[in-house]
Amino acid sequence: MMIEAPGGLSEYINHHLKNLTIHFGGGSFWTVQLDTLGVSVVIGVALSALLWACAHRATSGVPSRGQAFVELLVEFVDGQVKDVFHGDTRLLGPLALTIFVWVLLMNLMDVMPLDVIPYLMGLAGAEHFRAVPTSELNTTFAMSLTVLILTIFYSFKAKGASGYMKEIFTVPFGPWLAPFNLLMNLIELLSKPLSLSMRLFGNMYAGELLFMLIAGLLGAGSTILFGLGVFGYLAWGIFELLIIVIQAFIFMVLSVVYIAMAQQHH
Amino acid sequence: METLQQIIGNIQAFTAIGAGLMVGLGALGACIGMGVMGSKFLEAAGRQPELMPVLQSRMFLLVGLIDASFIISLAIGLFFAFSNPLLQAVVKAAH
Repeated sequence: MMIEAPGGLSEYINHHLKNLTIHFGGGSFWTVQLDTLGVSVVIGVALSALLWACAHRATSGVPSRGQAFVELLVEFVDGQVKDVFHGDTRLLGPLALTIFVWVLLMNLMDVMPLDVIPYLMGLAGAEHFRAVPTSELNTTFAMSLTVLILTIFYSFKAKGASGYMKEIFTVPFGPWLAPFNLLMNLIELLSKPLSLSMRLFGNMYAGELLFMLIAGLLGAGSTILFGLGVFGYLAWGIFELLIIVIQAFIFMVLSVVYIAMAQQHH
Repeated sequence: METLQQIIGNIQAFTAIGAGLMVGLGALGACIGMGVMGSKFLEAAGRQPELMPVLQSRMFLLVGLIDASFIISLAIGLFFAFSNPLLQAVVKAAH
């Protein structure tokens, strides 16, 4: 797939950084990004169906390959959660599994050939299409805000309303500096989802952008640059695979750590 | 009176310097951090090999944490290099 858009590399990149959107009402507030939503929902539903089917067909005898793989996955995530959090993991375990596998699969859309999905969607009539949901700030912020809400919920649950309020107003410097304590605690609370989502978004966005730049080398029209492009695509693809897994792992572990920290008494 | 070309050239030059600093300094910091951490990990693993699995998962967690700020600055640097919003404002104002 070569560069199709006229106007060279930066036109090509700008074309690929636009979402397939639909507007509701006036203004730009109700702009729905159909590609981000669609891809993430399709991946989520397919993933749930797959895991459900594996769990449904599970036997205590000799496991099939699929069952063995899912068991490995569940045990890995469960082990990570139990390392960090010693308590009731009935919600945290499935939450961590969902985050890990979902983010991993959404990130994996990044190593799909860059132009294939936009091209196929273009045949179906979509002008712009971005295939990687996590290289979009909305997705990562939605996920990290969910983690923030759970953090607050578990703080209330573990300490009670009065205990949590007492902690918020008195913890770092004692009751005489209550407004300052509140400010510090709010900053601490809000910086968590911010860094969580920016980390994932930045990694995936940079990965996508680098793939586009390398794709620009492929279309540059000289044999040497083409060879360099193929090599670069391969090298960056392998490195990106590592980044994808690490970022999904980090998102999961940090979410669990934040929720576990919320339940500790100071 | 500066011409439009001069203004655009100025913006492009400063943006190139800025993007280069973002990518270069970010990479410098991340590499130093990763090197220190990697050497400590190898040292620790050499002293107590039975702790290797625990340390390894912690190390990969930290690899991602160290990598993240660099990659964010890389993304923003590349974004400025290839679709410069500051430049687009000038181009829009010229029309």
